[in-house]
Amino acid sequence: MNVQRGVELVVGLFVLAGIAALMVMAVQWSNFGASRVSGYEIVARFDNVGGLTEKSPVKLAGLTIGRVESIELHPETFQAEVRMAIDDRYDNLPVDSFANIYTAGLLGAQYVEISPGGALETLGDGDRITMTQSAIILESVVSRFLFDKAKE
Amino acid sequence: MSALLDAVARLGRVAMTGMAHAGAMALFALRLLPVLLPTWARPRDVIQQIYAAGVLSLVIILVAGGFVGLVLGLQGYNILNKFNASESLGVMVALSLVRELGPVVAALLFAGRAGSAITAEIALMKTTEQLAALEMMAVDPFRRVIGPRFWGAMLSVPLLAALFSLVGIIGGYLIGVVVLGVDASSYWGQIAEQMDPWDDVGQGAIKSVAFGAVIAWIAVFEGHQAEPTAGGMARATTQTVVLSSLAVLGLDFVMTAFMFGA
Repeated sequence: MNVQRGVELVVGLFVLAGIAALMVMAVQWSNFGASRVSGYEIVARFDNVGGLTEKSPVKLAGLTIGRVESIELHPETFQAEVRMAIDDRYDNLPVDSFANIYTAGLLGAQYVEISPGGALETLGDGDRITMTQSAIILESVVSRFLFDKAKE
Repeated sequence: MSALLDAVARLGRVAMTGMAHAGAMALFALRLLPVLLPTWARPRDVIQQIYAAGVLSLVIILVAGGFVGLVLGLQGYNILNKFNASESLGVMVALSLVRELGPVVAALLFAGRAGSAITAEIALMKTTEQLAALEMMAVDPFRRVIGPRFWGAMLSVPLLAALFSLVGIIGGYLIGVVVLGVDASSYWGQIAEQMDPWDDVGQGAIKSVAFGAVIAWIAVFEGHQAEPTAGGMARATTQTVVLSSLAVLGLDFVMTAFMFGA
């Protein structure tokens, strides 16, 4: 291989790498390190998911045990149906567990917090958590507070 | 009184030199523009220059990008953690790099690493009368020497800036996720969600193309107009680094105001 060809080859690689870097940044982050949780899936319906998004963490006692896989509108109840993948290690969540949507800090990202219940039966793949509490929308809290004050 | 007049006269002289310099640059651009496309009649010349300017700058660009990413990760984590928002670390690092630091820092490093080399090379060719010799052989030095170097520098900068940003984001990942324990999916997920392919990546790329063109223009101009002495070459290389760094920073502000402002 002569020198000129070597140079051309290296330049070709350089150009490809540069364009690939742009492409990766522009198009596909989501497939990047989106370590799919190997685990089972549970479902919960919320009246309002607020700023919850796919890949938001699912936590128990503050520790991440899974993540949100998808959020869709349930056609009959008009609730948001949130599918969550839970790590296989935590396969003993009681069926009467409670799902809340909380905000990390005052301005942080939102996440699902599971509060375990006391039942002996456990949630399996595809099961639904029936007891849920929606995201707290700051405006509605403030307005309720103001109305209550006004009544006094 | 005469000391005061001298000072005013000196100011006038500086202003006139500056204006003459700007005018010479404009005339040089007019001379360069018509040969930009014909330069591609010999694509190997351009490839050789992309190698000299771009590929050989890879090491400094990638190492610098990695360290900038690491620092952004550390600093960003400390600030965001105060607001309990360390999940947003990814998007903070990525946007800072893609919009601003990638194009600007890569361009500044490039001006120092490759712009000065281009100026020195052309200035030496002029000093040793190689450019004049080419003209004697009816070979247009603009087409054979200056055009390829302009293209090589201009095309290299956007590619280097993209790699700089990517390595920086990976650096932020290393410090943020691997060392400090930010959630990995949040890091990438927030980037995917909040970074726009056109508004952020595209406009960052436009910036770096503009920076590339400006650095390339200044570098070849300074080399071509250098005084054909050892001191003249030294001044020309210094001028390239100073002028193109200032031009990049100034242009960056103007472009940012136009693209992201309002």
